Amino acid sequence: MAHVLVLFAHPRTDRSVANTALVAAARAMEGIELVDLYGEYPDFDIDIDREQERLVAADSIVLQHPVYWYSCPALLKEWQDLVLEYDFAYGSEGTALVDKPLLQIATCGTAREAYRKKGKYENELRTLFSPFEQTAKFCGMRYLAPFGVFSAEDAAAEGRLDAIVADYRRLLGALRDGTLDLEKAEAAVLLNDALDEAIASEAAAE
Amino acid sequence: MGFFQDAFIYLLAAVVAVTASHRLGLGSVLGYLFAGIAIGPVLGYVGGSETESVKHFAEFGVVIMLFLIGLELEPQMIWRMRWQLLGLGGLQVLLTTAALTAAVMAIGFSWQAALVIGMTLALSSTAIVLQTLNEKGWMRSRGGQSSFSVLLFQDIAVIPMLAILPLLAVGAPVPVDGAAAPGAHGNMLDGFPGWFQTLVIVATIAAIILAGRFLVRPAFRLIAAARMRELFTAAALLIVVSTALLMDLVGVSAALGAFLAGVVLSTSEYRHAIESDIDPFKGLLLGLFFISVGAGIDFGLLFSEFLLIIGIALGIILVKALVLLALAGIFRLPWQDTWMFGLGLAQSGEFAFVLFGFAGSSGALAGSLVEILILAVSFTMLLTPLLFILFERYVVPRTVSSVSRPADEIPEPGTVVIAGVGRVGQIIARLMMAEGYKIVVLDHDPNLVDRMRQTGVHSYYGDATRPDLLEAAGLAEAQVFVAALDDQDQQTAMVRHVAEHYPKCRIVARAYDRHHLYELEKAGAHAIEREAFEGALSLGKRTLRELGLHPFRAEQKVRAFRRHDMQTVDVLRDYWTGGMGKKYLNAVRERLDELMQVMRSDRIAGRNMPDREWTPPPAEDSER
Repeated sequence: MAHVLVLFAHPRTDRSVANTALVAAARAMEGIELVDLYGEYPDFDIDIDREQERLVAADSIVLQHPVYWYSCPALLKEWQDLVLEYDFAYGSEGTALVDKPLLQIATCGTAREAYRKKGKYENELRTLFSPFEQTAKFCGMRYLAPFGVFSAEDAAAEGRLDAIVADYRRLLGALRDGTLDLEKAEAAVLLNDALDEAIASEAAAE
Repeated sequence: MGFFQDAFIYLLAAVVAVTASHRLGLGSVLGYLFAGIAIGPVLGYVGGSETESVKHFAEFGVVIMLFLIGLELEPQMIWRMRWQLLGLGGLQVLLTTAALTAAVMAIGFSWQAALVIGMTLALSSTAIVLQTLNEKGWMRSRGGQSSFSVLLFQDIAVIPMLAILPLLAVGAPVPVDGAAAPGAHGNMLDGFPGWFQTLVIVATIAAIILAGRFLVRPAFRLIAAARMRELFTAAALLIVVSTALLMDLVGVSAALGAFLAGVVLSTSEYRHAIESDIDPFKGLLLGLFFISVGAGIDFGLLFSEFLLIIGIALGIILVKALVLLALAGIFRLPWQDTWMFGLGLAQSGEFAFVLFGFAGSSGALAGSLVEILILAVSFTMLLTPLLFILFERYVVPRTVSSVSRPADEIPEPGTVVIAGVGRVGQIIARLMMAEGYKIVVLDHDPNLVDRMRQTGVHSYYGDATRPDLLEAAGLAEAQVFVAALDDQDQQTAMVRHVAEHYPKCRIVARAYDRHHLYELEKAGAHAIEREAFEGALSLGKRTLRELGLHPFRAEQKVRAFRRHDMQTVDVLRDYWTGGMGKKYLNAVRERLDELMQVMRSDRIAGRNMPDREWTPPPAEDSER
């Protein structure tokens, strides 16, 4: 069983129904370590050593956050700037993250349609997240297609939330149990679309 | 003349002459000298014999000055200066003695007499030079430091000079007794062999060091605990007098003994308190000394031998200045410092009165010659302030304009003076120390100061509200002053004083509450914090977290509260009139109501509320 680290960054969890449900689900799963970054570092004073130890101990890393201005909340950016140090994450000695999968799970305010070439934002989520992808590649990691939770605010009201939580559990479980086809996950544009194809065995889900 | 009349004449002359010379930009030394000339030779109020007794009394001023100089010099600093001391000082004494001796021999004197004259004139005036350097604030420059090294070496060199003077007496050996030399007249070791004398001197010096280390501090702690200021002053004077007396008894220069005592106490926590208590005595006694020099000038002899005396005086200055300038060149002093050094030390000093007097009575020199030489020396001293003025007018302006690069040496980085090292001051002191700033800490609790010292903080005992102590702690050069006293009224008064007298110094102050904050603002503090405010907010944050709030949420709540409270401070300032009027209380109530709203709101109607962060857009417009 591999160790999955979920770095969760949301400044207002209390207002995000979707994220509250997802976090609760992740916390209930064995082998998943969920770190609430805003909870641990409310003053932005990030403990770099501790964060690096967590990364070393993890087999795969998940960044979970709402989409703010086509990117992540400030603390997660701060986390990248501080924790992904030279000779730790990159550089001749910096091999701590090599070959580890990196997955982004993003809650979006808008519908799936906005994130298309011909949609409102003119770009796929993966294209907008290219700084993350490039960072992952620079650190020798395997960047998987992002998993989007679209129109997250209305998910509960529209009855979609349970299905989303189920997919989320399936995804984390597959990552943990090694049943996720990494090559297929890397190749996809949006992991939501390739989920069934990429997860070889359904038995992994609890 | 009665005592009151004497005192009246001296004080009046000093006050008038020094004020006038200060006004004219001539410095205090020249003022005192002219005061002496006025009451002595010109008006005839004091005659030759009186000036002698006054001079003895006034030499105590020189002793106190050396004690104070010692206080400023920590042992490590002297150790760092050792090469300058030996090299520069040693060479100055040797070369100047050689040059002057040769010159005197050329006129036709015996080599013995020439040597006596040469080595005596090689010594400069510690009193005039150091007083001037301190007054002008040049002490920390390289020229000032070099001058000091030379003067210190000269003070030490007096001892062997006194020892060989009798050997140079050409006539029949005269018993060493009646000479005016302090440290040479009838000391209790006269009858003993040389090795024994040396042994006793070494033992005395060791005793002074040991007493300073182990006896004085506990004694001062007891005295300080009594909280009687005059007792403290008396004790400080007692130290100076007792070391001077002790050194005098064993035949060593009293001034040197006092200097030693000063160095021993320079690392003690009572340093600044002693300094500020003794300093006025030094000023007055030195003034008396300079007055006596002026009063002692024999105008009758001066007028009859005017050209000869002026010639000798100018000759002395010329030879000494040339040697000094050459040395400054060898030791690679910067241009401005070279001239400060060369012109500043070119006079002959007060030791000449002592040594020539001794030489006259021991038969090494003829009496009439001694009188003429003493007059010439007085003249060189009289000319010194003029040389300093020359330096200031012609050398300083030139170099100032040519200095475009940063100064060679920054003697000390910006310092922080912290008044009060209770719970607040201690934390600030530790933070500044950790950051590598030079700090000076003052507190009136001897035990607290002691504890701070044990943890390696430069701490000094003293009442931080006393202006003279603040001055002694170096406020004139401090970059930031931290006022952290417990007592509100003392704190405000202290801040007001510092703001008025040290406009360049930034003032950071601890306030008791909002009212005190306004008072401190009015007093002139630049940055003020209510002492319990941040601590209380921190505890409030912890309380919210214990109540189950997400840590970042608690952080936000506290931030909103802090922001609102800061605004409240601004709003209420207009209603504050030194107390709490009706308008003020109404405003407080209003602000409190507003706070309730702000803290409870979670994105209500408007968007101007502090709690608007990370709020998703309304549904009809739900993308960003």
